[in-house]
Amino acid sequence: MMTATELPRTDETFIELENVTLTYGRADKQVTALGLTNLLVNQGDFVALVGPSGCGKSTILKLVTGLITASEGYVYVAGREVGATPIRVGMAFQNPTMLPWLTVRDNVMMPLKIVPPFRQEYGSKKKTEFRDRADALLKEVGLANFGDKHPWQLSGGMLQRASLCRALIHEPQLLLLDEPFGALDQFTREELWAVMQELWMKLKPTVLLVTHDLKEAGYLATRICVMRTRPGQIVDDAEVPFPRPRTIDMSYTPTFVSMTQRLRELIVAQRPVKETV
Amino acid sequence: MSPQARRKVWSAVLIVGFFVLWEALCWLFNVSDIIVPKPSQIIVTLVQRGPALWPHTLQTLYTTLVGFGFGIFIGIALGVLIGSSRLAYDVAYPLLVGFASIPKVAVVPIFVLWFGSGTVPAVLTAMIMCIFPIVVNVATGLATTEPELEDVMRALRATKLDILWNVGLPRTMPFFFASLKVAVTLAFVGTVISETVASNRGIGNVMMIASSNFDVPLVFAGLIILAFLGVALYAIFSLIESKITGWAHRKDEFAMG
Repeated sequence: MMTATELPRTDETFIELENVTLTYGRADKQVTALGLTNLLVNQGDFVALVGPSGCGKSTILKLVTGLITASEGYVYVAGREVGATPIRVGMAFQNPTMLPWLTVRDNVMMPLKIVPPFRQEYGSKKKTEFRDRADALLKEVGLANFGDKHPWQLSGGMLQRASLCRALIHEPQLLLLDEPFGALDQFTREELWAVMQELWMKLKPTVLLVTHDLKEAGYLATRICVMRTRPGQIVDDAEVPFPRPRTIDMSYTPTFVSMTQRLRELIVAQRPVKETV
Repeated sequence: MSPQARRKVWSAVLIVGFFVLWEALCWLFNVSDIIVPKPSQIIVTLVQRGPALWPHTLQTLYTTLVGFGFGIFIGIALGVLIGSSRLAYDVAYPLLVGFASIPKVAVVPIFVLWFGSGTVPAVLTAMIMCIFPIVVNVATGLATTEPELEDVMRALRATKLDILWNVGLPRTMPFFFASLKVAVTLAFVGTVISETVASNRGIGNVMMIASSNFDVPLVFAGLIILAFLGVALYAIFSLIESKITGWAHRKDEFAMG
């Protein structure tokens, strides 16, 4: 397994974090969420961020969308500082956040209503082309006949599938996933990993996945970055060498198990030593 | 009989029973008309004086609805402003609470001073009575939008207006309609207060004159008319509410495992 902490910047680079520091709060109670973080993500990469809770994994996602600004350092997306080049971003969270007053299809179509260039065409194409596109996507995630249902008529796993559709409908260049499968049971989760892999292989967006599940990271990601906490930093950055499409069976092979074990040790080792006074 | 039908029948029986009990107690204790008239007497008064009461009823209804309409308009505008801007919240909330605490009877003379007696002060009183609950509910609905949902929208580069229109306002609707049911009954209170103090038309004015003539059955007839109008408008807004915001009152039996 190749371990690389410092990747060279190339034409392929899509996201670059350069010595990014992020601090919260006032001077006396300042919390450093991220300290001097460097990260390079290539176009079409699937990068998983793992680490103990509170290590600033979600913070990186917010920095990359420009929802928050770095205290120090630079965030580049698509070759320019974040926000300068408008790119299409899709997001999905642990909480599916569907709008309860809209049907599942209308929920999925929401980004088309907001994001240019679709926005301008929304009025004229809403009924036909966009609708077909939403239905096709829903079918791919196994929700073929659920477009007309309302979110509260669906189970948690189904909502999360719909949430993935909403994150992908506008063909985002960048897909940000913040523990999207965290609240699901193991079987549903494994099913959705397969769905996610298929969608990624087909649409090839650049993906940043925040997760606590090392098996999930190993199954989905092309690279896994391990973070440490206080201050948040990337301490390990490793390629995942398994061929695609990956299967659940693969996760029981010795190489896969030893990879997740190594990652687990890296995370566990950072547990704060309990002070006995 | 289905449980729902039985519930309806029982509630109807009990409501009618309330009036029957009232009638019976009046007979039993031989209560004078001048203290509490019997329901039967109120009905007789309503029928006999109906033609004279009708224009006053229309006047009160009209005044209330106009005031209510303005109240909705201003209430939504203020609610959106307060719910979406921190500064507006800090400035407007104390003012609004202070204003809502003022007894509205005290404000009517000021309106009369400005606009003369009659319909205008009644409309204004109805309006200020119903603004407060609308503002508070609209602002609350907007302020409780899930931050994650806002992140999704902002990552899509949605403008503030996009978020308000697609997320904020729809999710405020249940709060808004709940406040309308309260506001419409308050609007009646406002109208009648103003009519009692400064008008020569409307049910409030009729009740004022009737009580100074010790025509207590007519006073009660006025009360019944007001109560009926209030219930009718409440029911209408409940119906609109359930049609528009049905998603907020979902039934569990539709949910899937």
